[in-house]
Amino acid sequence: MIEPEISSINPEPADKSKIWKIWKVAIILGLVTAAEFYVALQFPESWKSFKIFLFIGMTFVKAGYIIGEFMHLAHEQKSLMWTILIPCVFVVWLLGALFIQADAIYQAIYS
Amino acid sequence: MANQATLPTSEKDLWSGGTEPFKASYGKLMMWFFLISDAFTFSAFLIAYGVIRFRHPGYDGTLSDFSFSQSYWPVPEKVFEAFPFFHGVELPLVFVGLMTFILILSSVTMVLAVEAGHRMDRQAVEKWMIWTIFGGLTFLGCQAWEWSHFIHGTDAGTKLLDGSIIYGANLQTNQYGPPDFAAFFFFITGFHGFHVFSGVALNFLIFYQATVGILERRGHYEMVEKVGLYWHFVDLVWVFVFTFFYLV
Repeated sequence: MIEPEISSINPEPADKSKIWKIWKVAIILGLVTAAEFYVALQFPESWKSFKIFLFIGMTFVKAGYIIGEFMHLAHEQKSLMWTILIPCVFVVWLLGALFIQADAIYQAIYS
Repeated sequence: MANQATLPTSEKDLWSGGTEPFKASYGKLMMWFFLISDAFTFSAFLIAYGVIRFRHPGYDGTLSDFSFSQSYWPVPEKVFEAFPFFHGVELPLVFVGLMTFILILSSVTMVLAVEAGHRMDRQAVEKWMIWTIFGGLTFLGCQAWEWSHFIHGTDAGTKLLDGSIIYGANLQTNQYGPPDFAAFFFFITGFHGFHVFSGVALNFLIFYQATVGILERRGHYEMVEKVGLYWHFVDLVWVFVFTFFYLV
């Protein structure tokens, strides 16, 4: 497979604004992660539900940037985007169904 | 980021039916469908974790009084507070946080490799692929350390009701809480770790192909893009594992 090099290809120069955009998303992801730490360690323990709400919210912000920008889904055809995203509704259904079940098991054992 | 493969529309871009569904190449579309199915697998793991967690009583005292017990689910930030070379110092979640940053950074270098591929810039592809592989290996190393610490346990261990003391966790006993807690830790982070390992292997393959000029001769760097999709997915899963296993 290894053949002698033919370097007749001249790479195009990098587009600075594109590179900056990539790093901008990276900075956002880093900042959101840092914010998660701040919430986890600095917010009072009694705010438990609020903290969980914030964690889940920030996770979806990060997921949105990773899927939309890094995986480029936001810039694909809309039909492709929805083909990927809509099946994830089933995850929500599984979550609902199994958490009702979990509560029933808990009630049966501990109350 | 215009990461769309900038392929000229030619005969080889068409599927056998003569058209290109969703304006995506066959390989990229199949990678997306694989990733959906993989996302379902990970969702099932994380939801199962949630179910088992909520069928156990939670800890409801204050954090400073927390001690490990088999009768309630542990607080993650009390379990994961060790850091290499800082023995005995409580650094809650710092190490997993570092691992999260490492994986996000390796995702960024992967996007840069894809971007370089669009410009047919072989040297830049090689450079960014090397950084991506390095990030992946560092993450795996961190995970190995974390597992080792989790398995060996803390100095004091946890005293059971019958007076015996257990150290660390395995699939039978667990000093941190109910045995299910350790089982899920091994299963979820292990399955994710295996994905990282496969990702590093694929990244290395692509790095090799770029280096010896296979991709350049092929005329496009779409393989970098396809493997990149997988690598970002691994990062995406870690974002969810981090939240639902370590933070909530």
